[in-house]
Amino acid sequence: MTIVTRRTLVKGSTAVAAVGALTGPALLEWAKAWAQSAPWTPEQGAQLSLLRWKYFVQSEDDAFVQIMDAFTKATGVKVTISHESYEDVQPKASVAANTGAGQDLFWGLYSLPHLFPDKCLDVTDVAEYLGKKYGGWVPSAVTYGMSGKKWIDIPVCYSGNMLNYRIDASNKAGFPKFPDKTDAFLEYAKAMKKNNTPGGFALGHASGDANAWVHWCLWAHGGNVVDKDDKVIINSPETELALNYGKQLYENMIPGTASWNDASNNKAFLAGDIYWTGNGISIYVAAKKDPTKTDIAKDMDHAVWPIGPVGKPTELHLMYPILAMNYTKYPQACKSLMAFIMESDQFNKWLEASQGYLTQTLNAYDNNPVWTADPKATIFGLAGKRTLTAGGLGSVGEKAASAISDFVVVDMFANYCTGREDAKGAIKIAERQLQRIYR
Amino acid sequence: MADLVITASKPVPHDVTAWDRLKVNRNWLAFWFMLPAAAFLIFFLAYPLGLGVWLSFTDARIGRSGAFVGLENYEWLWDDSVFWLSVFNTLLYTIVASIIKFGVGLYLALLLNENLPFKAILRAVVLIPFIVPTVLSAIAFWWIYDAQFSIVSWSLRHLGLISSNIDFLGDAWNARWSVIFVNIWRGVPFVAITLLAGLQTVPPSLYEAATIDGASRWQMFCYITYPLLTPIIAVVMTFSVLFTFTDFQLIWVLTRGGPVNATQLMATLSYQRAILSGHLGEGAAISTAMVPFLLGAILISWFGLQRRKWQQGESDD
Repeated sequence: MTIVTRRTLVKGSTAVAAVGALTGPALLEWAKAWAQSAPWTPEQGAQLSLLRWKYFVQSEDDAFVQIMDAFTKATGVKVTISHESYEDVQPKASVAANTGAGQDLFWGLYSLPHLFPDKCLDVTDVAEYLGKKYGGWVPSAVTYGMSGKKWIDIPVCYSGNMLNYRIDASNKAGFPKFPDKTDAFLEYAKAMKKNNTPGGFALGHASGDANAWVHWCLWAHGGNVVDKDDKVIINSPETELALNYGKQLYENMIPGTASWNDASNNKAFLAGDIYWTGNGISIYVAAKKDPTKTDIAKDMDHAVWPIGPVGKPTELHLMYPILAMNYTKYPQACKSLMAFIMESDQFNKWLEASQGYLTQTLNAYDNNPVWTADPKATIFGLAGKRTLTAGGLGSVGEKAASAISDFVVVDMFANYCTGREDAKGAIKIAERQLQRIYR
Repeated sequence: MADLVITASKPVPHDVTAWDRLKVNRNWLAFWFMLPAAAFLIFFLAYPLGLGVWLSFTDARIGRSGAFVGLENYEWLWDDSVFWLSVFNTLLYTIVASIIKFGVGLYLALLLNENLPFKAILRAVVLIPFIVPTVLSAIAFWWIYDAQFSIVSWSLRHLGLISSNIDFLGDAWNARWSVIFVNIWRGVPFVAITLLAGLQTVPPSLYEAATIDGASRWQMFCYITYPLLTPIIAVVMTFSVLFTFTDFQLIWVLTRGGPVNATQLMATLSYQRAILSGHLGEGAAISTAMVPFLLGAILISWFGLQRRKWQQGESDD
């Protein structure tokens, strides 16, 4: 049995890069020691309720539950976890914020806390504590976490949304190496379609997958929703360029992507109907787990998004921030929980359990073995450093959150790609909506 | 003796107060009996409706009460092509689905009113789409309409009738007809079973008399069944139109308003703007904009179909 005292804990925390493979009793001992030394002491009789997005990788959720159990045993704070489909966390959180009743903590998507920054508990002390201890936050996480001068959430992790492709089909199409430039990628899509091995990106109201690829496409061509002062600049030749590129890509995708939601491409890829798509690592994890899909797991790999005319990565990865509502009766317990889950001894283990689905936002976790154990997962470890934020050049506040939630950019692409509007018409509709949001 | 009795039974004269009158006033008593129901209606129906209308005049966002902005939300919607598209979609969805639901429902009701073998089982079977939770049936149809895995496309492809999958939910018009079909599938049992109940109240003696007079089946339907059924048709169609107009679950599960807002109804757009985007005021304005349409539908149903004089054999003026 591992005996963990407060002293060993303090000493151990300096070796932050080391992976703590604490499980069972060891985790509990560690948790108890942590609870003694933690800067936040939960209120007497505190109980917390937490709503989180429904897991995509079972082992990630198992590890999360284990961490919560350890927290409960160490601090006496009971944590009730409920799950919602990740698109449904936001409406629930929004209603809770509006009515002042509901779960204490919400673990949601993108810039959810920025929809109601005034309702979020100020967690600046927790963020500063963690940043100092674990080598600092990646810059995009700071943008997601801060509203003005205070932290309104803890940006727990990213979920990398990368290109998933079938190796054999790509080779046959003449692309032994996945294209790293947008022009080459379009040629790739054409060649793949010609070989009857097409791919596709979701163009329906898919919060994660659709937003990821349309924003990549827009930014890669120099288009932007707003400038750094949040002035709407969507109506630009660069946006038109992006739309034209998107349409050509769409024409070389499998039919039906305009109706796809976040689950559609996973289903189609695992069924062998599509050969490339944009997704998290969940397709690969599911394929590895299912004995009937191991051939797909072996034959697939991941790539970063191709670079466009702007000459730098323009990716949008899913951010999962956790927030505490300021109506909570137990703010100290909330802060304590937030800090607890981010501590190396369980965060490292949790990262491993997620098999690459989650990516760290604290620099100290870059060395987690999950990024080297399987080369097919390696690029997902870069998500936090490659991603831009939901507001693009502008702020990541409630306006950016509204624009993402209202699918303004997704609909602009869908309007043009499906032929419902010409490029100018599609841009104009989006511009009008954005001007309303950013007024 | 008699005089004495009369004298003794005379009430002691005193002024009748307003309270005395109130105590025996039946209307006053009725007021108290109605109060719980009225309170219920005020708190759970009138207040939310009033609050919704008020919100539509504010720039309320989630987490903030907002300030009064007059008609700004409505002015914005007036120029919003997505809003008008949702109005068009809602009207198309409601009108087409309601007419077909009525036609098919009436046909089924007439059929089930006949002496068929296994009548009880058939009636139960007809109710199945209505019994299944909407979300469940919507998920089933989501698979049926899937761009890659549709059983319909698969069957047609294997029969050699089509060469590629039908893009049920990815094409604007395909998506519209697809969601309308699901709504009809789900709504027909309600219309059919309610009309069947109405049919069973029609006295058989009327049909007997008509048969003796040599009336055909069609004449019997036109001059007996339909006129006697109109009050229940009015009720059924009012509810059917209201349910269809305010439908949310089916659309949300199947398409979330897509592709490119082609199936966006006013209810789903309101939810998207109010809850997902956080613009409560704008979402409330869209909801409030539904009220005149709903009132219109109710008025048409009641005044158009409940022509009482005509039903009672008088001239139809």
